[in-house]
Amino acid sequence: MAVVHRSVLPIRSQEDIVRVRQATRESAVAQGFSLVDQTKIVTAASELARNTLDYGGGGEVEITRLSDPPRRGVRLVFTDKGPGIADVGQALADGFTSGRGLGLGLGGARRLSNEFSIESRVGEGTQVTIARWR
Amino acid sequence: MTPATGRTLRKILAQYQKELLGDWLQTQLAASTLRPDLMRENELREQSRELLALLQSAAQNGNLEQTDGPEWAGIREFLARLSRSRAQQGFSSAETATFVFSLKQPLFTRLRTEFAQDAQGLADEMWIANNVLDRLGLYTTEMYLKGREEVIQRQQREMMELSTPVVQLWENILALPLIGTLDSERTQVVMESLLQKIVDTGASIAIIDITGVPTVDTLVAQHLLKTVAAARLMGADCIISGIRPQIAQTIVHLGVNLSDVTTKASLADAFSIALKRTQAKLPPQMGTTS
Repeated sequence: MAVVHRSVLPIRSQEDIVRVRQATRESAVAQGFSLVDQTKIVTAASELARNTLDYGGGGEVEITRLSDPPRRGVRLVFTDKGPGIADVGQALADGFTSGRGLGLGLGGARRLSNEFSIESRVGEGTQVTIARWR
Repeated sequence: MTPATGRTLRKILAQYQKELLGDWLQTQLAASTLRPDLMRENELREQSRELLALLQSAAQNGNLEQTDGPEWAGIREFLARLSRSRAQQGFSSAETATFVFSLKQPLFTRLRTEFAQDAQGLADEMWIANNVLDRLGLYTTEMYLKGREEVIQRQQREMMELSTPVVQLWENILALPLIGTLDSERTQVVMESLLQKIVDTGASIAIIDITGVPTVDTLVAQHLLKTVAAARLMGADCIISGIRPQIAQTIVHLGVNLSDVTTKASLADAFSIALKRTQAKLPPQMGTTS
């Protein structure tokens, strides 16, 4: 599996979320994703970027374009140094929110991706990795 | 810092103003940073003369260590005006600051002649002159950026108003074509303008068209659901149109429940439903086929 392109964006404000969406879409287009696949990964990126900002207190995302012939993919790694998630299973459950959202973001992002993993330590931060392939 | 420092600088500024201006203009006109395409020589001459005169009077009366004092108000005002006009003329912020910095060379040359033998005195005076010009140069940069920020803020406000027009399609039927990112501040404006228009027109159906919204995530969905609920409380039903195939699939994966809301793929479909529900009377040539 080869890395074609890699970039890191900060997530510190609402405007940064817009930039993350744009950069994700750009990568998805560059990798030849269909419109449906583009929309799925962009939406997942939007959810996770907002989680990073709202619950993680800000952080960054690494966007990587991958090549694993004949497959091509986009991988996103969201990292924050926030409070962490005590119960990951609960956080993934639909309808659960510690804020004021719908409680569908994290689970939704998992369903929109081909690969999903989450690592979180209370008091240290959270890292969510997703990937989508065409 | 001994009280004597700055004295020679003040003296030079007062005594050699004409010579300084001459030298300065010569350096500026010879410099590679000169932009004759953006600005005429006359204007540059006039600005240089004014800055030098203002610097001289500020230095005579004011403290050379504190360029934010009241004696420096005149020169600060001049520099703010200069930054604005240069920004409009197409100069970069670096070019604008260089205008102030370029005074260093003729000024330092004068100082050197004045302190022919006194290296210590020369170093002291040069340090002061350097600091003053640095602060003034940076001030132009600050003003330049401020001007840019004002433009951005104005554009943001304009965009906010532009992007939320509520239009009346028919008697009792409103449409709200949404375009762009639905961040929370804008959504607030959208909600308010829609609800206000419902009051104003007494409309019974509002069509929210999201064709121009590139990404519908859970936050956008939540905003839409809230708007629909609020409109319903005011007696108006909402139809959400412009649900493209990729958006429909994404909403399903996200698990957002839109089943309580009437949704349509296109604005035309939504309009047709709205006409039927309101039992609108159409002119005969416009009757719908279904």
